[in-house]
Amino acid sequence: MEAVSHTEVVSHTASPPELLRVRDLTVEYRTDSGTAVAVEGLSFDVAEGQTLGIVGESGSGKSAASMAIMGLLPRSARVTGSIRFRGRELLSLADSELREIRGRRIAVIFQDALAALNPMMTVGAQIAEAVRVHDPSTSRASLVERATELLDVVGIPSPATRLGQYPHEFSGGMRQRVMIAMGIANEPDILIADEPTTALDVTVQAQVLDVIRRVQERTRTSVMLITHDLGVVAGLADRVMVMYAGRKVEEGPVEPVFYEPSHPYTRGLLAALPRIDRRTARLTQIPGRPPQPGERPAGCPFQPRCPHAEPAVCGDAGTVPVAVADSHSTACVRVHEIGGDR
Amino acid sequence: MSVQRAPVGPVAETASARRDLSGRRIVAKRFLRHRLAAAGTVALLALATCCFGASWIAPYPRNAQDLLTGARQPSIAHWLGTDDLGRDYLSEVLYAGQVSLSIGLCVAVLSTALGTLVGAIAGFTGGWAEEVIMRVTDLFLIVPGIAVLALALEGLGPSPVTIVLVLTGLGWTVIARVVRSQVISLREKEFVEAARVIGASGVRIITRHLLPNLVGVIAVNMSLAVAGAIILESTLSFLGFGIQPPQSSWGNLLTQAASLVGTPKAYLLYAPGAAILLTVLAVNFVGDGLRDAFDPQGRK
Repeated sequence: MEAVSHTEVVSHTASPPELLRVRDLTVEYRTDSGTAVAVEGLSFDVAEGQTLGIVGESGSGKSAASMAIMGLLPRSARVTGSIRFRGRELLSLADSELREIRGRRIAVIFQDALAALNPMMTVGAQIAEAVRVHDPSTSRASLVERATELLDVVGIPSPATRLGQYPHEFSGGMRQRVMIAMGIANEPDILIADEPTTALDVTVQAQVLDVIRRVQERTRTSVMLITHDLGVVAGLADRVMVMYAGRKVEEGPVEPVFYEPSHPYTRGLLAALPRIDRRTARLTQIPGRPPQPGERPAGCPFQPRCPHAEPAVCGDAGTVPVAVADSHSTACVRVHEIGGDR
Repeated sequence: MSVQRAPVGPVAETASARRDLSGRRIVAKRFLRHRLAAAGTVALLALATCCFGASWIAPYPRNAQDLLTGARQPSIAHWLGTDDLGRDYLSEVLYAGQVSLSIGLCVAVLSTALGTLVGAIAGFTGGWAEEVIMRVTDLFLIVPGIAVLALALEGLGPSPVTIVLVLTGLGWTVIARVVRSQVISLREKEFVEAARVIGASGVRIITRHLLPNLVGVIAVNMSLAVAGAIILESTLSFLGFGIQPPQSSWGNLLTQAASLVGTPKAYLLYAPGAAILLTVLAVNFVGDGLRDAFDPQGRK
C-alpha cells in the first residue's frame, strides 16, 4: 500500500491528464512446478497523447502486463491489482464489456505481422473487420473507403489495389504497416505496440517508426511502446519505464533516464550498448543472467548481479520507488549512496 | 511519404476496389482454371440434370415393363439394354440416380455442417464442453455402423428421408474430429489473438477466422462423404435395409445385378457401377479444386 501512494506522488507532478492508471498489477501463472510470477506490483500511468516506452529483456513481464490490460492472458494466469482506463476498472469487467474496449479504445500492434494477419483473408477485409466489429452497420462502400484511406495513411502505395491482396503478397515492412492500419482503424485512445519493429530490418524499422510517429501526431493517440531496443525508445517515447524480472526498476522522462540513469540495471543496459564514438574491443555486459520466475531473490531482484549490492540493505528492501528527480523514480534503495558513481 | 499526396488517388481507386474485399472472384477464377475440378463440375451438373430431368430426358417412362422382351443386350433402341422385366435400363439408371444423388449430397452437406459446427465448438471452447462432445463422438466411433443403421431403418422404415437422417447421424463424427483437431492448432495462432485484440467475439472468430482456414479440409471431407454415403446406401440396399423396390437407387440396381457376374447379363452391372464411380470421382475432383482455389498462396 505504501508503495502505491509513493508512486502516485512521484509520477503526478506536472504530467498531462492520465488515461490509463495501473496500480500494483501482479500476474501469476500457476504451473506444475508452482507459481511463476510474471509481473509483480507494477504501477504506472499513461497520459493522454503520451508515448510510454517499456523496456526490458525477454521475460521481464512487459508483454504480460500489456496483455493483462487487454484482458487476454491465458486462463492459467491470475491477475491482481488495479487497471483503470478512463476511471473504469478493467479487471472487473466482463468479457463482453472488454470486447467493446478492445480494438476500439485500446488497440494492439503485434511483433510478427505475418503471423498476426489471417492468411485466408484479404488485407482489406481484415482492416474492414476491425471497423465492422465495433460498428456492424457500416456499409460496404464506406468500409472499402475507410480501409483505402487507412492504407494510405500508413504509407502503402496504390492502397485501392492492395486492399484485395493477401498478407503473403506484402513485404515485412508493408505487413507491419497493415497491422498499424488495423490498430488505428477505430482511432483508439491507446495503441499498444508490442515490439513493432523487432522482426524488421533496420531501414524498414525506421520507416515503420516514422509511420507510428505520424499516426500519433495525427490522432493524438497515446502509445505504449514495448521493446527491448533502447534506440527505438529514445526516438519515439516521452517517458520510459525499465522493467526487470517482472518489476519496474526505473521510470521517468526519456532524457534524464538515458543521460542520468539511477538504477544499476538501467546503467548496465545503457553501458552495454555499442557506441559509435568510442571504439572498444569488447562490449560491456551485465554479469550473470536474469532470474527464472520461480527463483527470484527476496528484496531487490537485481541484487545478485548488481555491482553496488549490499545484502543487508538490498535483501529486504523491496522495490519501493524512490524519487530521484521530478517525475523520475527508481527502485534502488541505495540510489543516493551510489549517486554519481557509474 | 505518400500521405501528403493529393486526395484524388484513393478516391479514384476506390471504385475499382469495391468488387473485392473478400477475394471471392479470385477464388472462382482459380477454381475454374483447375481443369479436373471444372470437368468434375460439368460431369456432376450433367449427371444431376439427366437424373432429375429424367421425366423429360429418359427415353422410356419409369417402370415401363415389357415382359416379352425380357433382358436384352444394349442396342440402338435401348442404349444400355433392358433388364429381366424388359425395362429400359438407361431410364432406370437415370431415375435411380435421383435417389442416389439426393442421398449422397444431402448426407454430405448435413453431416459436414453438423460435424464442422460441433468440431469447431469443441476445439475452440476446450474444457468440459470439448470433453463431452469428444466422448460422444468416440461413442459413435465404437458402435458398429451397419448394425445401428439396420436397427434404425427397421424402426423408422426405409424411406429416403430416414436413410439421410440416419447416415448423417453416423457420418458427422468423422468431420467433427478432423475439424476439432485443426481448430485446436489454429486457435493458438497469433491471428486469432489479433482478432481478439480487435474485439471480435468467439462466434466471429470461429466463422470468420477459423473456418475459412479449414475450407480445404472441409471440402475434401465433404467430397469423401458424398462418395461414402452413396456407397453405404448401396450396402444398405444390398442387405435389404435401404431403398426398397419398386423404388430404385444405384445401390439397389447393383444389388439386383450382383448375381449376374459371369453371365451374359453382366452388362446390367456396368451402368449403375459406372454412375457411382463417375459421381464419386467428379465430387472428389470438385473437392480438390475447391481446396486449391481457397488457398491464397496457390498460383493465381
